[in-house]
Amino acid sequence: MKHVISVLVDNEPGVLSRISGLFSGRGFNIESLNVAETLDPTISRMTLVTRGNDQIIEQIIKQLNKLVNVIKVQDLTGTDYVEREMALIKVSAQSSSRAEVLRIVDIFRGRVVDVSPKSFTLEITGDEKKIQAVIDLLVPLGIMEIVRTGKVAISRVKKNGGNESSKISEE
Amino acid sequence: MKKTGAEILLESLRQEGVEVIFGFPGGAVLNIYDALLKYAEEIRHILVRHEQGAVHAADGYARASGKVGVCLVTSGPGATNAVTGIATAYMDSVPLVVFSGQVPTMLIGNDAFQEADIVGITRPCTKHNFLVKDVNNLAITIKQAFYLARTGRPGPVLVDLPKDVIADTAEYNYPAKIKLRGYNPTYQGHPRQIKKAAKLIAKAQKPLIYAGGGVIIANAAKELTTLAQKYAIPVTTTLMGLGCFPGNHPLFLGMLGMHGTYQANMAVTNCDLLIAVGARFDDRVTGKVEKFSPYSQKIHIDIDPTSISKNVLVDIPIVGDAKNVLRALLKALEEEGPPPDSAKMHSEWLKQIDAWAKAAPLNYKNSSGIKPQFVIQKLNEILREMAGDNFIITTEVGQNQMWTAQFFTFTRPRSLLTSGGLGTMGYGFPAAIGAQVAFPDKIVVDIAGDGSFQMNIQELATAVQYKLPVKVAVLNNHCLGMVRQWQQLFCDGRYSHTIFELVPDFVKLAGAYGAVGMRATKPEEVEPVIRAALSTPQTVVMDFIVDREECVYPMVPAGAALTEMILL
Repeated sequence: MKHVISVLVDNEPGVLSRISGLFSGRGFNIESLNVAETLDPTISRMTLVTRGNDQIIEQIIKQLNKLVNVIKVQDLTGTDYVEREMALIKVSAQSSSRAEVLRIVDIFRGRVVDVSPKSFTLEITGDEKKIQAVIDLLVPLGIMEIVRTGKVAISRVKKNGGNESSKISEE
Repeated sequence: MKKTGAEILLESLRQEGVEVIFGFPGGAVLNIYDALLKYAEEIRHILVRHEQGAVHAADGYARASGKVGVCLVTSGPGATNAVTGIATAYMDSVPLVVFSGQVPTMLIGNDAFQEADIVGITRPCTKHNFLVKDVNNLAITIKQAFYLARTGRPGPVLVDLPKDVIADTAEYNYPAKIKLRGYNPTYQGHPRQIKKAAKLIAKAQKPLIYAGGGVIIANAAKELTTLAQKYAIPVTTTLMGLGCFPGNHPLFLGMLGMHGTYQANMAVTNCDLLIAVGARFDDRVTGKVEKFSPYSQKIHIDIDPTSISKNVLVDIPIVGDAKNVLRALLKALEEEGPPPDSAKMHSEWLKQIDAWAKAAPLNYKNSSGIKPQFVIQKLNEILREMAGDNFIITTEVGQNQMWTAQFFTFTRPRSLLTSGGLGTMGYGFPAAIGAQVAFPDKIVVDIAGDGSFQMNIQELATAVQYKLPVKVAVLNNHCLGMVRQWQQLFCDGRYSHTIFELVPDFVKLAGAYGAVGMRATKPEEVEPVIRAALSTPQTVVMDFIVDREECVYPMVPAGAALTEMILL
């Protein structure tokens, strides 16, 4: 099963390689990985998408926690959270299809960020399904290049105000 | 007053109570070696002959004493030579701090002379590692390194020191306390889990304790022995656990696993409750995982959460320090009401185990030549007679190691030092040197094979130079015995590159290094050689010419169930 794991780490050189080394060294797979600084410049947040049965996911979370530079690990899957991904898509737009491309962009609330006589570059934000739907519609029109960010995710605030707590338990 | 990086390093080591460093100099650590002269009174430096020897020696020192072992090596090849030693310590959770020299910071990444990205290379085989880029961070990094090495599940930590950082100066201020926000080992077991465990133990009919090296590291041998004795629970240990429970105790079943005893493997397969303490269900222990201890509920006590349910799913995991958890468990068992008459309750079980023990005891067939097992039995006998409990055994890796585990009786924690996880040939001799440095008055014997001993034989010079009276017992079968055994059993006897066509004359070689060499070629010469060696106050190499085709039995083939043992 696919899991979205949010990891707070020390913002230090070499931390990314400790994490990616852990995954490659132990045969875990990474589907996507996203890193950026948090409000506290000494801490970065990584959003990892990985796959595995319960035992493997438990190992991944424990092994991440074991790294000295990892401050907190949270498995968002199974909790209430919001996820987003962004794609930049360069799509060929001949005179016959220019209107069609713009219509698709409009329907999916995307934006055109670059225009040339024969192409549009589109910015699409959403969850994985939405991005996939846009891509499926654009493929027949001719996608020239595509770049995707991979997922970022954040837990939803509970209605009573508390934060969804992590599901990590060692015992 | 400002101090240089080199002085800060040595001051910090003094603060940490470091008495000895095992090392080898080089260009990148020139300044440190220069400063070391001023600290010669407080910090002893043992000059090894190869960096791998330095790390194994520091490892042996650490395992024997429980203190943190310290090494100092130069950049590039010095550091890469240390890697096998570091990985060995990592697999067996040995607290080490390894200082490596590095090229000056402005040359890092430049493919400079004797440059290696040792922080990158050792990332997967250290508990943590550091590159110090500013002399102002040096003291706190050293403090963190020692703290990480010795706390939680111990392990090796590498600190990489660029030459310019070592030459630079800063105010010296050794921090009294540090905090690492991502590092909080759990020492106390969860009370509810401990209570559940106590309930299971109280009602188990066929319980078994499976103890590993964690019991020794946590100094929990006493608590474990109390648990076993008080509730009449038989004990098997892993290779790393040997010595955490008295080997001559009636409840002791011997080691389990690939070369475990028949009764231990039968007991673990048939028990109804398995109490794993400080052990990690390694593949050499479990055999085929699906068939490992299929009828038991499992309690697993370990300080490292990643060890739990990694290979074998357990029913009651307890994360914590073995000593703390066992103490709490003993207390919980007392509170579980009047202790059941455990001896009576388990009498059927103990009888069954006894029957297994009698059905296939450890044994070997005698011949006209020297049997390696016989040498180990004799060593065991004579050492006990001459030194009581005051000895340390190290082993190399292979048949010598397994026969030692089977035929030597360990009654004290930290009396066996062996490379269990990584299985590093060449570990035993330098580790014996380190153990002898830690305990000059104990008799330290490395039980070796002719293959393994040659992997770090250069350390004979170290042993002789520092007058360390280490004894090496070479079980000389003129081959790589364990691989040869596998070839005999699994490759129809095709001995591909396992027979040495040339083995050096170890007696002459010992002499060349200034050590004493002795040889036994007949069974009746074994005892006199051992007695003479143990009475010689110098480094001694005993060369026992043993039967080549001897195999280690019982044996569970790799990947087979524990019950599929090949018996003698």
